[in-house]
Amino acid sequence: MNTVLRLFVALVIGLTLAACKTAPEAQPEQPPAAKPTPPPVETAAAPDPRDYSDARNFDNPESLLSKRVIYFDFDKSTVRPEFRGIVSAHAAYMAAHTSARVTLEGHADERGTREYNLGLGERRGNAVSGLASAQGGRSNQLTVVSYGEERPTCRVSDEDCWAMNRRVEIVYTAR
Amino acid sequence: MFGLTALALLPLRGAQAQLEIEIISGNPSALPIAIVPFEWRDATPPPITSVDQIISGDLYRSGLFDPMDVEDMAEKPLEEEQIRFGTWRLLKVDYIVIGKVRTPASGEGHELVYQLFDVHTQEQLLSRITTVGPGDLRFGAHRVADAIYEALTGVPGAFSTRIAYVTATGLGNGSRYELVVADADGYAPQSIVGSPEPLLSPAWSPDGRKLAYVSFEKGNSAIYMQDVSTGSRELISSGTGINGAPSFSPDGSKMALTLSRTGNPEIFVRDMATGRSEQITQHWSIDTEPVWSPDGRYIYFTSDRGGRPQIYRVPAGGGNPERVTLEGDYNARASLSPDGRKIAVAQGKGNEYRIAVWDIETERFTILTPGKLDESPSFAPNGSMILYATREGDRGVLSAVSADGNVRQRLVLSEGDVREPAWSPVIR
Repeated sequence: MNTVLRLFVALVIGLTLAACKTAPEAQPEQPPAAKPTPPPVETAAAPDPRDYSDARNFDNPESLLSKRVIYFDFDKSTVRPEFRGIVSAHAAYMAAHTSARVTLEGHADERGTREYNLGLGERRGNAVSGLASAQGGRSNQLTVVSYGEERPTCRVSDEDCWAMNRRVEIVYTAR
Repeated sequence: MFGLTALALLPLRGAQAQLEIEIISGNPSALPIAIVPFEWRDATPPPITSVDQIISGDLYRSGLFDPMDVEDMAEKPLEEEQIRFGTWRLLKVDYIVIGKVRTPASGEGHELVYQLFDVHTQEQLLSRITTVGPGDLRFGAHRVADAIYEALTGVPGAFSTRIAYVTATGLGNGSRYELVVADADGYAPQSIVGSPEPLLSPAWSPDGRKLAYVSFEKGNSAIYMQDVSTGSRELISSGTGINGAPSFSPDGSKMALTLSRTGNPEIFVRDMATGRSEQITQHWSIDTEPVWSPDGRYIYFTSDRGGRPQIYRVPAGGGNPERVTLEGDYNARASLSPDGRKIAVAQGKGNEYRIAVWDIETERFTILTPGKLDESPSFAPNGSMILYATREGDRGVLSAVSADGNVRQRLVLSEGDVREPAWSPVIR
């Protein structure tokens, strides 16, 4: 197994475990475009999952381009090492497609005050934006919007749910 | 589709589900008082809820009074000469109120004529006529409760005020947010704006006529200011980044707010007449949740410049911020008492968030609430109670706690979340 694949498997296991511990409605929001991949057809070559300039990889669960959520530690805005690859993949796509536009939606969990959490969500969005810029994304391609704790993906007051809500969602407004 | 969206975002005024208020913990030394049913001499038909019931309800909810049930009253005197003080002493009542409602000579509105007596000394403590316009009978009853409260505690009542709060129903694409204004007893809730996107941080203007708030209806945070009675509103700020935490200066001429157009959240002060904004703080940390000291000299705000969120203050015209709260891991969202001596905050410790009050002079915290996720404290305009948001199971509810922590009450909506309470100033 190559490193990318191992990381991906670890991520899937991690998410599945987290989802099992929470209530059914607390299922983390999977990257929006995770459609079932059609069975491979002999004639059309499958995209190389590590070719991050290939837009087909947005729907390829084996590619980091299909991952669009970055999770954070409590009251922190550091992009954890296991998520850096995802940011790099999207930065590479933006570098290859200068017309691509991305909104980084920053979120916080429910603990703490709403306005402070708006600041925290923005700080997380800025951290992802800074990393993406350093890796080839241009500043005019990246917009940060903070929703603070106002748009949770789950509403249970426990650590598993809070972990799902502390996130930055990478949303393409143009590909 | 566009038409539907535009309609959904329009400021609206509609009846809302009412908050039910119940006392969670009361005061064992509450004063026994009898509010005798008022004589109805008004030209209009009597209301369903009588004024004496409204007055009793207000006094009961303050936690400082124990009003007698009407069924337990052996006598119901209408005039001073009919009061037999000995009977009331036997019934263990300390104070008695009698009164009537009549139509003023002008023919418009109502007059509430009432007297308050000390049962033990038989002394008359109050004798007043409160005149209100047509449709304002409840407001008149709250004014009477305010006067009784002040006569017996020395502190002006805050029953004739209003509260603003945000309700949230539904999940995901079905979410609905309303900014609601209701009487302080939860009566007559009116939605003043509704949106499928989040609403937060309502702040009253000092004259109680306007509310500033944050709305995500444009996709990003934006600050609006809306006239509560006419519904007309004005966009105050919708720049790049965060537009949040509006707070009117005590004279209403300025608004403090949080903007992150410089790259991170900073406190700005906007002149309401010219629309010009001046940057007050400058630090890479999160600076937000500004509120004014009652004398208008300082702005208190939340900042994590020291590592974790704490309350700081800065001269309102700008200057060097100084740290105010010196204990605890997480202190945020300050609300100042009307005398400017105490600061209510949401205090975090581990996963527990409680409402705590910092005494500026003695530099000490008093924890007022049990947690676990208590936030958004808002002092009553007389300083007697603090309204705040908390959770019960997975629901957001409002609670109020007396400034000494002895009395707590819960304000529950029939469905959905209630949050972000803001107590209005005294409306004269």
